[in-house]
Amino acid sequence: MNARWSPFNVASVTLGLAFLYLPIVILIIFSFNESRLVTVWAGFSTKWYVSLFSNRGLIDAAWVTLRVALISASIATVLGTLAAITLTRYTRFRGRVLFSGMVFAPLVMPEVITGLSLLLLFVAIGLDRGFLTVTLAHITFSMCFVAVVVQSRLLTFDRSLEEAAMDLGAPPVKTFFQVTLPVILPAIISGWMLAFTLSLDDLVIASFTSGPGATTLPMKIYSQVRLGVTPEINAACTILIAVVALGVIAASLVNKRREIQRLRDEQMAQRGA
Amino acid sequence: MKSLGSIRRSFAPWNDPDAKPYIVFENVTKRFGDFTAVNNLSLKIYEREFFALLGASGCGKSTLLRMLAGFDEPTAGRILLDGQDLRGIPPYRRPVNMMFQSYALFPHMTVEANIAFGLKQEGMAKADIEKRVAEMLKLVKLERFAKRKPHQLSGGQRQRVALARSVAKRPKVLLLDEPLGALDKKLREETQFELMDQQQELGLTFVVVTHDQEEAMTMADRIAIMDKGEVMQVATPAEVYEAPSSRFVAGFVGNVNMIEGTVSGRENGVARISDGNGLTIKAENIGDAAAGSAVAFAIRPEKIKVSSRKPDDPGVNVVEGEIYDIAYLGDMTVYHVKLADGQVVKASALNASRITDDPLTWNDRAFISFRPDAGVVLTR
Repeated sequence: MNARWSPFNVASVTLGLAFLYLPIVILIIFSFNESRLVTVWAGFSTKWYVSLFSNRGLIDAAWVTLRVALISASIATVLGTLAAITLTRYTRFRGRVLFSGMVFAPLVMPEVITGLSLLLLFVAIGLDRGFLTVTLAHITFSMCFVAVVVQSRLLTFDRSLEEAAMDLGAPPVKTFFQVTLPVILPAIISGWMLAFTLSLDDLVIASFTSGPGATTLPMKIYSQVRLGVTPEINAACTILIAVVALGVIAASLVNKRREIQRLRDEQMAQRGA
Repeated sequence: MKSLGSIRRSFAPWNDPDAKPYIVFENVTKRFGDFTAVNNLSLKIYEREFFALLGASGCGKSTLLRMLAGFDEPTAGRILLDGQDLRGIPPYRRPVNMMFQSYALFPHMTVEANIAFGLKQEGMAKADIEKRVAEMLKLVKLERFAKRKPHQLSGGQRQRVALARSVAKRPKVLLLDEPLGALDKKLREETQFELMDQQQELGLTFVVVTHDQEEAMTMADRIAIMDKGEVMQVATPAEVYEAPSSRFVAGFVGNVNMIEGTVSGRENGVARISDGNGLTIKAENIGDAAAGSAVAFAIRPEKIKVSSRKPDDPGVNVVEGEIYDIAYLGDMTVYHVKLADGQVVKASALNASRITDDPLTWNDRAFISFRPDAGVVLTR
């Protein structure tokens, strides 16, 4: 066997994993610290979790973040999907290259520039900064990510499915809702989830475009950290990590099960059962 | 009674001058940019006919089918279905259905829902839909698979779902785009006969596109051989094989020996063809080939006999040569015989008995012989 654990392999895997996960592990451990000092261990306690839930500021910020993420991800998904459909289906309209460039520019645009330009725009049109402006900003930058995800699915989409639907008597709109949309739905959902998480952890653009009363959780955490890291923040981050980890594990388990089911189905079909 | 090929057909509306064609292509041209996919093509297809469009990829056969389905509109000319001009009618309002090469089964629907899809679009009553779906499942013998999703089916089963779905609406015409292309050889041969039976049972007009000549020969009543957007010949499988109209058709369908030469004389329907290198043969089926014109004598390998002794029948053509290559295939043996002028002629012999009293081997002197009416004289 080639897959022997040589000392070199063990060392590189350990170092690699440590590099990736040690900071997170330390953060989680210190969220259970009794002491107020972040770097000194003084025994196990869950008191920071209790005090976290009585911290109005953090709870409000989390609520704002969640609402911004939900709304912006949903609208970005609709717009991004429409852009992806336009770009894959109508390949010969005037200005297509410009349009696709403009759709995908935010992918590579530094966030500072996106944030600053949006700020200037909102000031110029006299829109008061707050919940609405953050949401608009998040729609703007997450839309392109949705477009990329959906577009890559549409490129492998078998157009004959749509032709078959039309051939069987479904007009174009019905075809879209009964055939195209259900088939590309998984990509749309991943696009939505991507937009949701992008909005959830965005700090830079939110800092530029948010206003009083619309402080998002990353902004809140960042501003508190500047006054010194409290174990409360560690606790908040630990909860976030737990939520994300659970989500990822659940998604991969579901995928795995589906994959196994699919393989079993195919084998069954091949045997002609 | 003499007839081309080995079968007698009772269904032949194309020979009946009073029969009304069901589908008519009238000078249809289709261009994509600079590329002409279909060039001024005219074609008549009759009701209940099993019609095959045969050609290499890119010959325009699929475009023809797509124009009939309504996915593409002709650039010029018109297509009539049962007397109605189809121009401007979108695919979802045409009384034709198509079976796609990829089958295009809706992956998120069960077999049942796939078959019911077209019926739902019609606004058919629920009970009627159920009845029709059950009927279709029975036709394709998939009753037990009604609740499965397409990915839970084998290739052959998917093919049958696709067929059931496309005939569920009882279309006037069923279009089949390479219907068996995705199946392996053995399954394909079985399915060919199934398709023919189902066409008989349903009484539909089938138009099938294929690049597989064996498939076309097996299933179709008539075949249209296409090349570069034009129809080269429309005829029954036997006519296409035994009486090809041009060198292209002769070469496209099956194996053929093409002996090129000029007509050096003709009398009583028999022509003498000389290749200019000392080879002269007698040929019937000369058509309109005039004396002095350049022609090809096309003859199938199985119509040429090979023997080590010179046949003494004065009526047949006999040419001396040398065995150049032999391929023993079990059911038959193929000989490549090199003639004195250097050209190699293929001859195949059916191994009808296990033991032969005239075995041949490489480099043997041998005689090929064939009757003057065993081939056809082609001017095009």
